[in-house]
Amino acid sequence: MSMKPLVQLNNVSFQYDIQENYALQDVSFEIYEGEWLAIVGHNGSGKSTLAKLLNGLQYPQEGTITVDGMLLSEETVWETRRMIGMVFQNPDNQFVGTTVQDDVAFGLENNGIARDDMIERVNSSLNKVKMAQFLDQEPHHLSGGQKQRVAIAGVIALRPSVIILDEATSMLDPRGREEVLETVRELKETHNMTVISITHDLEEAAKADRIIVMNKGKLYREGTPEEIFQMDEELVKLGLDIPFPVKMSKLLKEQGISLSRHFLSEEELVAELWTSYYNK
Amino acid sequence: MDILLQQVEYRYQANTPFERLAIKDVSIDIPSGTFLAIIGHTGSGKSTILQHLNALLKPTAGKVIIGDKEITSEKKQKNLKDVRQKVGIVFQFPEHQLFEETVERDICFGPMNFGISEDEAKRRARIAIRQVGLSEDILAKSPFDLSGGQMRRVAIAGVLAMEPDVIVLDEPTAGLDPRGRKEIMEMFHALHQERKLSTVLVTHSMEDASRYADQIVIMHHGEVYKKGTPEEIFSSPEGLMELGLDVPEVVRFQQKIEKAFQMNFPKTCLSVEQLTEEIAALVKRGEQR
Repeated sequence: MSMKPLVQLNNVSFQYDIQENYALQDVSFEIYEGEWLAIVGHNGSGKSTLAKLLNGLQYPQEGTITVDGMLLSEETVWETRRMIGMVFQNPDNQFVGTTVQDDVAFGLENNGIARDDMIERVNSSLNKVKMAQFLDQEPHHLSGGQKQRVAIAGVIALRPSVIILDEATSMLDPRGREEVLETVRELKETHNMTVISITHDLEEAAKADRIIVMNKGKLYREGTPEEIFQMDEELVKLGLDIPFPVKMSKLLKEQGISLSRHFLSEEELVAELWTSYYNK
Repeated sequence: MDILLQQVEYRYQANTPFERLAIKDVSIDIPSGTFLAIIGHTGSGKSTILQHLNALLKPTAGKVIIGDKEITSEKKQKNLKDVRQKVGIVFQFPEHQLFEETVERDICFGPMNFGISEDEAKRRARIAIRQVGLSEDILAKSPFDLSGGQMRRVAIAGVLAMEPDVIVLDEPTAGLDPRGRKEIMEMFHALHQERKLSTVLVTHSMEDASRYADQIVIMHHGEVYKKGTPEEIFSSPEGLMELGLDVPEVVRFQQKIEKAFQMNFPKTCLSVEQLTEEIAALVKRGEQR
């Protein structure tokens, strides 16, 4: 992970027509090349508005967004969209092709990619998400996790540098969720993809490189998972939750078990309990 | 109202080349007042079962008994209106079904469709809107000016205003933040107790199933894989994990501890507090050796 800012938001504000309050107010942060950034926050905290602005579906009313040094505007939106791909929440709402390969080809056709190149990209993208054996399958024969992996293939076929997951795992069952996250993790590692994950799943956020907490349209806090989860009960007040290992560490401390810190992973917590059991 | 599924089988598009077996040999007993959770992967048959609970689907074999109505493939059923009124289904993302100009009219739509007078429907709307935790002044608003969470509550109020005996919930917390999820589940739990409802919850969340349900049914490939109380279901979590299903965080953590310490706790803990006490006792025993 380098410290090169790929995307920069400077004092971004946005308000929907019918609403009194700002959906986003004076939000500034940077997204670095190759990082996994989790954006968390309650419903209506501005997370999804943020995603829409990053993808040029809406434009900031105040402030600016730059992508790889280029100001995001109506003139540059087609260029920036090639750099930022997006996977949405509902797998059924983003399947446009009648077969898996048609679906992946759709974005490429729209971008005028030559046929030979297109076939190559469809195959290699579906390979990367491990869906190559489903080329001619119709979407309704796929599970939710498989559909989302096809959606990811459609996105990476366009070779973006950033992939935004807008609650892309929230409608999936646990197995589907793990499939999708595993696929994205591999892409990040093998292709240095930058990942922005908008999520309510704090276990997932705990595995990110960095977390941004949104509250009522404002950036409330930014930090590593360790830093963010020290906020503890404050997170609950913000409509969020505390990951299980942190909750467990806290309760054990209250029961008089001494722990060196609040753990973010269950394995580390088990290891420390094991050590303290034997060393005493 | 009791619901009974006896060896129910359902084939989509039966007797066509597209025939697909969705569920088979499903027997579930839902006595009045039960809180039942149905768990399983996408495609395991959960939604097919759900649609049998108020006769939206008729079994291709076996029998569904809803109150005093018996539904089988042979019989042509008339008068299912009664069943539909007594068994209210809250579908996934129910807010997508809102359509009226005001919240009040949207809530009144269902009851009035079943022949309830407008005055009575309005009275029920006022009760229902409070039951879902919203204030009465929201009744005059357009449902489309509300937040997503409020819209979902309004849609639920529409089902409650039918005054059902059985309420069936299909992933009622999908897409909500942790606070919203907790509020909605606490609300259904309270309604379940106050109104003495039967509640059927279709969910991916093992946490919710273990916290709220008296009975759990695990579906796998269209069949009942296991049924029992939360204690019975989670006391042997290995099978569930092999199916790729989650187990509650607490159960999973207990397993990790047991593996590391090579011992077994006397029982499966279903709450964090219980497990904390067991672990604290264990670690303290270590200190005394």
